[in-house]
Amino acid sequence: MAQAFTPQYPADRPAAEPFSMLDAEGRLADGAAPDLDGDGIVEALRLMMLGRAFDRKCLSLQRQGRLGTFAPVFGQEATLVGVAMALDPSRDWAVPQYRELPVQIRQGLPLENVALYRRGHPDGGVVPDGVRMFATQVSLAAQLPHAVGLAWGLKMKGGDGAVAVFFGDGASSEGDFHESCNLAGLVDAPVLFVLQNNQWAISTPRSIQTAGADFASRAPAYGFPGVSVDGNDLFAVHKAAADAVARCRAGRGATLIEAHTYRMGMHTTADDPSRYVDPAELERWRARDPIDRVWKYLAAADHPQGGAREAWEAEIGEEVERVFARADAHPPPGPAAIYEHVFAEPTQTLARQRAAHLGEA
Amino acid sequence: MPRMNMVEAIRAGLRQEMERDETVLLMGEDIGHLGGVFRATDGLQQFFGSQRVVDTPLAESVIAGSALGLAVAGWRPVVEIQFLGFAQQCFHQIDQQISRIRFRTRGSHTAPLVIRSPFGGGVRTPEFHSDSMEHTFAQSSGLKVVMPADPYDAKGLLAEAIRDPDPVLFLEPLRGYRLLTGEVPDDAYTVPFGKLKTLREGADVTVVAWSQAVPVAEKAAELAAAKGVEAHVVDLRTLVPLDEAGLVEAVERTGRCVVVHESQATAGFGAEVVSLVQEQAFYSLEAPVRRVAAPDAPYPMPGVEDWFVPDAARVAAAIEAVMADQ
Repeated sequence: MAQAFTPQYPADRPAAEPFSMLDAEGRLADGAAPDLDGDGIVEALRLMMLGRAFDRKCLSLQRQGRLGTFAPVFGQEATLVGVAMALDPSRDWAVPQYRELPVQIRQGLPLENVALYRRGHPDGGVVPDGVRMFATQVSLAAQLPHAVGLAWGLKMKGGDGAVAVFFGDGASSEGDFHESCNLAGLVDAPVLFVLQNNQWAISTPRSIQTAGADFASRAPAYGFPGVSVDGNDLFAVHKAAADAVARCRAGRGATLIEAHTYRMGMHTTADDPSRYVDPAELERWRARDPIDRVWKYLAAADHPQGGAREAWEAEIGEEVERVFARADAHPPPGPAAIYEHVFAEPTQTLARQRAAHLGEA
Repeated sequence: MPRMNMVEAIRAGLRQEMERDETVLLMGEDIGHLGGVFRATDGLQQFFGSQRVVDTPLAESVIAGSALGLAVAGWRPVVEIQFLGFAQQCFHQIDQQISRIRFRTRGSHTAPLVIRSPFGGGVRTPEFHSDSMEHTFAQSSGLKVVMPADPYDAKGLLAEAIRDPDPVLFLEPLRGYRLLTGEVPDDAYTVPFGKLKTLREGADVTVVAWSQAVPVAEKAAELAAAKGVEAHVVDLRTLVPLDEAGLVEAVERTGRCVVVHESQATAGFGAEVVSLVQEQAFYSLEAPVRRVAAPDAPYPMPGVEDWFVPDAARVAAAIEAVMADQ
């Protein structure tokens, strides 16, 4: 009789249920308790709201032709802030893609730099001294190798810093995802691969991105754990991220965190999601809004700030106005900017081109 | 002074810089235990340990991309890409990421790293191993492109590359790895970027070459000399930065110019040389500038590569033609 043969790794393994703590009505799961204390929750919520308010202001300016194309966060705030709050900006790094505004704020990037970046000002690319963060990444997944090298390098220097790198379900299809996870596993790089499964890569739905049941299950193939988490649940994301940071600190290497969330806005301001998003689906996700959920929790918990949402919104709105006032005061760029910082010292060729362009002797 | 071939000079340069600066680390495929497929890193892992001489998985994009992360973390990575043809796998990381990080962040972050790679043909390699792509990388603004032609320069330019605050693509002549030998000081030294080297003085025609086209140009100059034509042969050494003043001066002294390189002619770096010469040395020219380069065909199978790669006879013929032009 012929020996039976079956693949040892069958493809029909079901996706794991995402880890969650706080439901859409702001109720904690039985036995769940947030790692964030009262002040931490307030800080996180304020960051989520500041990011959304800033994006709203930017969207308004963009529609008036006063700002360039950008990628708003709308809907993904809990994932970003949950991870950011698990990082220690004095030793941990963030390596963003282009939809991580609250992470940039938390790591210490001044918002006026973001305003300048979105206006196309070269100074918008500056990362101030002491801000442990890479510049915004626009070529998808290209930031993943950087994060692995950075984490590996920090570890070899004897530090205990972790690196959180952000990307999406779309970028996970790039070759750099595979190469980076593979190297991270080999060198035990202290990295959090934060895969924001926001269900869309511009108009390409997650169903077209991969035939796999989920993304988190890829991690063991690279030799590190994968986590599936409700990405609209601040407490669950924070717990998963804090656990991954603790693994980094203990020298136990990388973690892949798949955060299930939803891009409630457009890919970028140049996109028209009404051409492809099912309005009913969008409504279902709006009902799971990550910010509303925390306010419901605070109200139910009788938190002293539980009723302060309107006051916060007014105050945050004023803060955003002040950011743009500072950005407005920033000197506009001149043509010399295109010749600066190409090299530490300009080459003969670049110096000649600059002199010819600018009429310098 | 000891004589070394190219590989030995490169190894000596790596070792010297690793001893000088403990943040210098090497990474690449097969470079550690094996010492590299050409042995450029032979013995270095045994000496410096596996943390500073890293055998990586077979993944060019993350090798180059993680080198950028390592550089931001305070290391000075020296990456080996086994053959330049494989650098296409990490072209994005080199062109958009490594080369531009200083510019994009207005100097907040930089990439002081070196990517070493053998390039060029003539040694009967399998397909895709013999490409010359220096012109492609010369357009990666923010990247320096360094192409030594002899062992002395290989060691000195490599030391300069490792100490440079900007990313450097360091292209090594595959055909010359063992063929090219010369005297190389044991002591540490550097060769500055952007200074061409005059290999032969001559009054009749200037021959411009770099890397493994240099010995071809020198041999052609000998053939020309036998016919009474004195060629002035210069080695550009670095394409970026380019020694514009030195190049113009070298052409002005003869009024005639032949450019030799191994990559395809169209949009090759020779076109840039010709353009610069006509812009800045036009009134000294006695004849049109000629190029000797590969044809605009893919690098062929090894059985026919000798007809593809420029040789001394073709360069000598170009010299003869440019001398005949009025």
